[in-house]
Formats: sequence, C-alpha cells, structure tokens
Amino acid sequence: MALSYDDVVARYEPSLGLEVHVELNTETKMFCGCATVFGAPPNTQTCPVCLGMPGALPMVNEKAIESTIRIGLALNCAITPKSRFARKNYFYPDMPKNFQISQYDEPICTNGYLDVEVETDEGAKTFRIEIERVHMEEDTGKSLHVGGATGRIHGAEYSLLDYNRAGIPLVEIVTKVVSSTGKYAPEVAKAYVKELRDILRSLGVSDVKMEQGSLRCDANVSLAPIGSGKLGTRSETKNVNSLRSVERAVRGEMIRHAGLLDKGERVVQETRHFQEDTGATRSGRSKEQAEDYRYFPEPDLTPVAPDATWIEKLRSELPEKPSVRRARLQALWQVPDKEMAAMVNAGAVDLVEETVALGADPTKARGWWLGEISRLANEAEVELSSVSISPKEVARIVELIGAGELTDKLARQVVAAVIAGEGDPDSVIAAKGIKVVSDESSLIAAIEKAIADQPETAEKVRNGHLPAAGALIGAVMKETKGQADAARVRELLLGQLGQA
Amino acid sequence: MSELVRKSAAELGTLIAQGELSSREVTQAHLDQIAQTDSAIHAFLHVDVQGALAQADHADKSRGESNSPLHGVPLALKDVLAQKGVPTTCGSKILEGWRPPYDSTVVAKLKDSGIVILGKTNMDEFAMGSSTENSAYGPTRNPWDTNRIPGGSGGGSAAALAAMQAPLAIGTDTGGSIRQPAAVTGTVGVKPTYGGVSRYGLVAFSSSLDQAGPCARNVLDTALLHQVIAGYDPKDATSINAPVPDVVAAAKRADVRGMKIGVVKELSGDGYEKGVADRFAESLAILESQGAEIIEVSCPNFKFALGAYYLIAPSEASSNLARFDAMRYGLRVGDDGARSAEEVMSLTREAGFGPEVKRRIILGTYALSAGYYEAFYGSAQKVRTLITRDFAAAYEKVDVLVSPTTPTVAFKIGEKSDDPVAMYLSDVATIPVNLAGVASMSLPAGLSEGLPVGFQIIAPAMRDDRLYQVGGALERELHAKWNGPLTNQIPDLQVR
Amino acid sequence: MAGKSRISRDEVARIAALARITLGDDELTHLAGQIDGILDAVAVVQEAAGTDVPAMSHPLEISNVTRPDLIRPSLTPEEALSGAPASEESRFRVPQILGEEA
Ligand SMILES: [Mg+2]
Ligand SMILES: [Zn+2]
Repeated sequence: MALSYDDVVARYEPSLGLEVHVELNTETKMFCGCATVFGAPPNTQTCPVCLGMPGALPMVNEKAIESTIRIGLALNCAITPKSRFARKNYFYPDMPKNFQISQYDEPICTNGYLDVEVETDEGAKTFRIEIERVHMEEDTGKSLHVGGATGRIHGAEYSLLDYNRAGIPLVEIVTKVVSSTGKYAPEVAKAYVKELRDILRSLGVSDVKMEQGSLRCDANVSLAPIGSGKLGTRSETKNVNSLRSVERAVRGEMIRHAGLLDKGERVVQETRHFQEDTGATRSGRSKEQAEDYRYFPEPDLTPVAPDATWIEKLRSELPEKPSVRRARLQALWQVPDKEMAAMVNAGAVDLVEETVALGADPTKARGWWLGEISRLANEAEVELSSVSISPKEVARIVELIGAGELTDKLARQVVAAVIAGEGDPDSVIAAKGIKVVSDESSLIAAIEKAIADQPETAEKVRNGHLPAAGALIGAVMKETKGQADAARVRELLLGQLGQA
Repeated sequence: MSELVRKSAAELGTLIAQGELSSREVTQAHLDQIAQTDSAIHAFLHVDVQGALAQADHADKSRGESNSPLHGVPLALKDVLAQKGVPTTCGSKILEGWRPPYDSTVVAKLKDSGIVILGKTNMDEFAMGSSTENSAYGPTRNPWDTNRIPGGSGGGSAAALAAMQAPLAIGTDTGGSIRQPAAVTGTVGVKPTYGGVSRYGLVAFSSSLDQAGPCARNVLDTALLHQVIAGYDPKDATSINAPVPDVVAAAKRADVRGMKIGVVKELSGDGYEKGVADRFAESLAILESQGAEIIEVSCPNFKFALGAYYLIAPSEASSNLARFDAMRYGLRVGDDGARSAEEVMSLTREAGFGPEVKRRIILGTYALSAGYYEAFYGSAQKVRTLITRDFAAAYEKVDVLVSPTTPTVAFKIGEKSDDPVAMYLSDVATIPVNLAGVASMSLPAGLSEGLPVGFQIIAPAMRDDRLYQVGGALERELHAKWNGPLTNQIPDLQVR
Repeated sequence: MAGKSRISRDEVARIAALARITLGDDELTHLAGQIDGILDAVAVVQEAAGTDVPAMSHPLEISNVTRPDLIRPSLTPEEALSGAPASEESRFRVPQILGEEA
C-alpha cells in the first residue's frame, strides 16, 4: 500500500538541492568556433578542439563569460574577481577528452538567491532559494544506442556518437540546501525552475527549452523525521524534462524515501532517472563509492578576471526582473490575480505585452492568446510561444474585429489559417474571400427565408420565447456561410418578429 | 656535392635564395642521407618523400616571393606535432595510423616560410623519457656511438641533425627533451620561454610545461628557426601576446662584454662527471675572456625540482592522455561485439601504452586523487613557486644563468631502462627551467671521452635573445677551435 | 626508504582502474614496486608543503584570454570521422556503453 503524500509530510521534513544546467544560446561553442545549431546533421559541427583531437587547445568564448556573469548578477550573486577553469576527469564515450572543462573551487559567481512565490493554504508565500554557485562548463556529445529494444542503453549492441553538442557552453546553477518548505517542496521546486527559466529567458542567454534539453534540472531530495534537525541521505534525480516533471519527481522521491524509512531501510545515495511515462524514478549508477574526479586547474586556459567596470556595465544593462515586470503589467492591464497567473502559466505574458504594444486592447489580446490560440497550441502539443502566429498578426486580427471587418467566428478561422501557414491575416482574408456580410437587404432576405422555413419557431419568438431565436439565427448564419455579424442578425430578426 | 648535407641551414637558405641550389636538390640530398644512414640511426618514424619533394618544388617555384632566410631548407619534425595528412604517432602504438585533419601552428608557420618538412622523428612515447628507448617503434641511436642513447624524448630530432639528415629540426621540451638530446648529440637546442611558441597542435604531455623549440647544429640556424616558429597564436590561450625578442640579431651580435653570467651552485658537484665539469669550466673561461663577469648564484629550492616535476608532469599527463580511449581515433583493441566500451577502453590502453607511459599515468592519477592531492600535487605546486622565486632572485644579480645541460654524457642503450628514478636524474639540470617557464639553450661545449658535453644557458622569460647572445659568443670561439661545428667530428658517419 | 611502502599493490590496482588501464598480475606487481620507488623520490616536495607559499599551477600570469563568439569553419563529417576505428551514418561507432543512461 503506497503512502499518501499527506501522510509523508505529516512525519517527514524534506530538503531539496537543485542543479540546473543551461545551454547558452551563443553562436559558437564554449571553446571553439563550431556552430551550435540544434538538430544539425551528425558531426557537422565539430573540429579538432571539440572532438578532443591530440594537440588541439581550447579558447574561451567571451560571450559565454558575459552571459554567465549576467546570469549571476540576475541571481544576486557575487562575481568572483579571479575565477578559474578546472578539469573534471572521468571516462565516458560522449566526452571527447575524457575530462570536462568545468569550474571547481573557484566558480565565477557565488552566493546569490532567488525568491519564488508559491500558493499555500495561507495564500501566496515567498520562499527564498539560496544559490550556492553559478559556473561555466561544456556539454557532452549525444549517443544513440543501437540494437537495444527502445534505444535505451541497456541491451544495446553498440552506440553511435554525434559530437555536435560536445562543447556547447553550459552554465550550471546550484542551490544551497533548500529546507523549511514542508509539504510545499514539490511546488517550490517547480516554482524555482520556472522562475529561473523566466529570468534566463528575459536575459536572452538561452533558449531554455526543457524538451530540447537546453534547460535541464537535477533534483536532490532527502527526508528527515520532523524535528530531528538532521539531513537525510539524498537521491539525485536526472532526466527531469518539464516543469511538471520537476514537481512530480520531487513528490515521487519524497514518497519513495518515506516508504524506505518507514520500513527501517536505508536510502541509497545514488543517481536516479525520472521516467516521464510512469512518473517514477529508476536507479542509475550508485554513488556510494564517490566518484574521484581528480579536479585540477585547467592548464590550457587562463583565469577569468572580469574588471569592475565591465561587471557594472553588465549590471546596468540587466532587464527588469520577471517578477517585477509581472506586477507592473498586472497593474497596467488591470488583470485579476487568477487571470494573471493563468497568463504566466501559459507563458503568454510576453506575447500579450507585445500584442498590446502594437495597439491591441489588453483584455482582447489576452482573450485571444489564452483562448483560441492556447487551445490550438494544446491540440498541437506545443508551447504557446512556438505556435506560428505573431503578436503582430494577433494585433491585426483584433484591429479588424474592432473595425467590424471580422466577426469573432471569422477571426477564429483566420487564426487557424495563419497558424496553418497560409499567410498573414490580410492575405488569408483575401485568399478565402472572408468578409462580414453587412449588406442588410441580403441579411433580411436570409432572415425572411428562415422565418418562412421555420414558422413554428418564429411564432414562439413572436410570443416572447426569446431563446428560440437561436435556431433562426443559426439558419441565417448557415445561409450566409458564417460571414454575417451574429449580433446584427439577432437585432434584425427580433425586429422582424416584433421583439426589438 | 657530397658535403651538401654538412652545410648550415643559413648557408643553404642563402644558396637557394641566390638560385645556386634548388630546394629540390637540397631536399633530395637529405632524403638520400636519410636513406643511407637511418637503418643504423632510426631517427625517423616516417619519411615523407613525396610530400617533401612536392614542398621543395613549391619552394623553388615561389622562391622570388619569399623573404624567409630558410625558404626551401629541409627540416625534421618531432612526431608529436600534428601535420595535416601525415602520420602522427607520438612514438606510441595507440596512435598508429592516425593522420591529423589539421596542421599545428608550428607546422603552419614552417610551411608559410617555405621550409620543407622531411618527415617525423622518433621520440620517447608521448615525450616521456630521456633516451628515446620508450618509443613503441624501437630506439634511436646516437650517431656518435650507435650503442648509446641520443637523449630523449627528442632523440630522433637531435640524431637527425647529428647524422646530417636535416640541418634543422623541431623538438619539444617538457623537462629537457630538447636540451638533453642536444647535449648528448653535440647539437644546439632551445626551449623558448613558455608561451613563446604556440602549443596548438603539439600533442600535450604536460600542458603547463610543454614547449616546442628550434634545433640545429649551430646557434645562428637555431635562431633563424626560432624566429619562424615563435609568436602569438590566437588558438593558444597560453601564448604570449608580445613581440618576439630579436633572436637572430642577438645570435649575430654574439657579444658578452659586460654581461653578468651566474653559475648555479646547485647544478654541479655530486653526480656530474669530471669530463662534463671540465668542459663546463673551459666554457666559462672562454666567456670570461670575452668580457663577461662570472658570478656564483645559489638556487636552494632546485633540490625539490625533480620531485615537483615528476608529480606535476604525470598529473597533467594522466588527464591529457585520457582521450586515447579507442573511441574516435587510433588503436582499438578487444572490440569483439560483446565487450563494453569501458572494457575496450581499458584493453586498448593496456595494449597501446608502453610501460613508462603507464607508470606516469598511474603516478599522476594517484597524485591527483582524493586524499593525496594536497600532499603530492599541491606540494609540488608550492615548490614551483619557490623555484620561480629562486630564478627571480638570481636574475636580480645576473643576466643569464649557466650550468652543464646534463650530469653525464650519453649512456648506453638499456643501461637505465628499468630504473625509472635513475633515468629521471638525466634531467636534473633542465627541469627547473620548465617549472618556472623561463628560456634555455643547450649548445656543445666539447667532448668527454669522445662523447659530446652540453652547456646550458638560462635566460629570464621573454629574454630568449640573451641565450643567442651568449651562445653565439661561446660558439664562435669553440668553432674556431674545432674548425667548424662539433658534429663534423662524429667518427664513422657516412656522408654521401 | 626501505621497509614500509608508500603505496600498496591494491591501491595501484584501484588507481589503474580509475585510469582505465587493465593490468596483468605480473605487470601490477612490477609497477607497484616502481611507483613506490618513485613516490619515495618525489616525496621530497612535502618539505615545502607546510610553508605558506602560494600554489603555482602555471608559469604565465595572464588572465582573460578569450575569443569573440564568431563561427569558424568546422571539419567535414568525413574529416571528423577519418581516424575513427568504426563509424556508421556519419557517427562514431563504439561498443555498447555501460553505466549511466545518457
Ligand atoms: Mg556540472
Ligand atoms: Zn569545435
């Protein structure tokens, strides 16, 4: 019998540690001039440096340093006056040199924090997540396992390696131990990753696409009996590929740990893999024998010593914090809390803001993005920001409705066509011959025809039973192929039937 | 004609520039000399006959456009530098058959100045050794006595010069691998200031110590080659972005009047053979007679240098050599379809690395591992600071430091092969230089019982010119006495 | 010097495994003796350990050597794979990878 979550948090106190790896969106890799285009054909973005060929040497990408400092500043970190790269030594075929150039005891940013808001039983509450460090490193290549059942590593006959990803700049952001979250640990974890993602997006330093791996989260979870004042043994869950999974993984691990502790068993310190399908984690390599990474200063690179002027310049250029911006926009647009939260959750804030900036009414702009466009995004299982309709196009549609040139229904057709790639709103309208029927004589003819076709319904309306008008309006709309303005049809119809 | 291969690089360069000789003739003469002598010497791992002749023809065609004094002159390249399309093994089985898809910066610079690369020279595997006996492809023999070692790791390059197979060679020096072979073969070799020559394309042994440098049979040729390969490289983050000192002018000036020359007290005495000490003393007397002031200087922390070196170099090597894992290039052993990548890695590294490389990888892995780092690697780094301070203090008093390059003349092949600690002592006088990153030259000081003795000059960082200034002065007097370069006295050397 | 060894045979075996080098029994024994001898010789550096001298990991004191974020030509996949012991579909083919799921 699985434990209930309420039962777990009634007796145990969770502690979290979150490690987020972010792929920077620089043009080139961390240590060489190879391009970083996602999805390029295998091994087309490689060179002697990122293939770890004998003799090749790394050279640091200046933009990557700048992006990392900006991340550190946005997370309220101190910037280390002189930080160094170090080699992390371990053998793995996806790592061309069999060491990763990373940072160890001298990371570039330290001691920051990020405040996140979580809805609790007592209302919204702010949790401060302390950041231990932000450091630079390089990504590994990708392996494709051939011959196994599912492309998974176990049971594979051999593997194929593509090093296009090897050497892409990674920034690792590590929290200090997060405690005192109580039962909200899963929500806090999710809110942290989400807030971090929003910050990184606002900085423009990364694509932050969890599904493409440009933002990856490892969640360390441990439990201790409430009041014990101790830290339990932690597990580290990898492969957490969505915000929802962050929450599920933390909750799942809490329940799993509690089950072990209840039975008097030990939690094994190990790496576990989150499985999207079941929401459970699976054991990976045990870390009981701690890896011996033999870190030492990278002799091929010089220290990074950003001067104060540069740091202050970067600080002065930081964008508005997402949380501050949200509060500002909410007030400006006069949006209720719940609606604002919905907009944030859908990732619609930027889109609505841009649409409003192009002249659309905030309520209308929000209505389109959260309504029809979100619905289509859900149907296509993509994020709202990946739907191929631009704020400019949405603003134009809102404008056309306002001008009476589109009805809501027609506008929905236009939105669908724009998303389907049939062109911008104006060309879709031209191509499809969409237009609001405003010639009232033809409307009246259609209304008279409807009344003639459904005399009993018409009679009901005449007698004051207004809901029956719907059937007649429907018939008119059908007759006019949906191009009539439904409100006007209703007005005219009721007039004809003496109910105006 | 038969004496063509005895000519200096500077002479050959001039004759080619004047159209008196073609690069093809000169190149062919050296290829013939290799063909005739290399079965006895084994200086080369790969002779690139077609490639060299093509480069020579190209040099002949482009003669008018070049103002390089070495245009068309052939050179022997240590097999630790990547040359596009040419086998590069580092003396190891694990890289057998590997042809780099790129040129090292040194090779690119050689090509740019019209120098013809004859082939790749033998070396201790991954430059680990002092005798070239650690080559997976068999030892190189010293042209002075083929029962003796030519030094290492760059024994192939030094032996090629001594055997008149090439007038120029490139070596690399991590703890003495240019200078010690130069000393025991009677040739000249320079380890430039760390960062003076790009390491891009130099297969790393110990990144914070490695440095490629020029080798030749006389000081001026060495300077001319130094000028070609030195300078800032945007591909090497540890390359110095500053003008290269004018080493050629210094070699030509060759004037030590008023210079202060410091004799390192710690690099003498016990362990230094009498013949070595005698030639060293004679050289000092020459320099003094030329107007230099000789001062004794103490560098008390040099006694820790060997220990620090044999921790730092293996530590860095253990990491640098991790990439040789059978996955992307080179040897793969044991891939039977059933074994895992991990097993194949371990089996390949077992089969592909020789004993000295394994020894150093294991030593370095240990020195960096949890629990030992501070005691070994950490302490060695402190020693490095102390040694650097010793140099700084010495250069307050003197312009250059000097010592014998090696404590002994060339030893016999096999004599120290299974006694690593005894072997390591060969480099006791050269190692402090690498730890501090300063510049150093070895040049011939004469013979002891028929075998060459080396004289070491050590200059402050980025004062490589002083090496040539002092070396040139000493050489002028010695060559006058010997009637030419010391290598002309090699007995029984067959010259076509 | 003589007597107590600095490193055991088992420790050498553990280190060799960490360095991914298979060692036969005889080779292990031989190597363990040599490593022990070398450690004896290099342990002299520990005399400097107690001092408050700063560690020096590199001879150069320069900082901030970087390159601009500009794309340079990559190798072609053919060049990249030219030295590969095995390849397939423009990828390096390697034996099955154990350990952690990638
Ligand atoms: Mg990391
Ligand atoms: Zn690259």
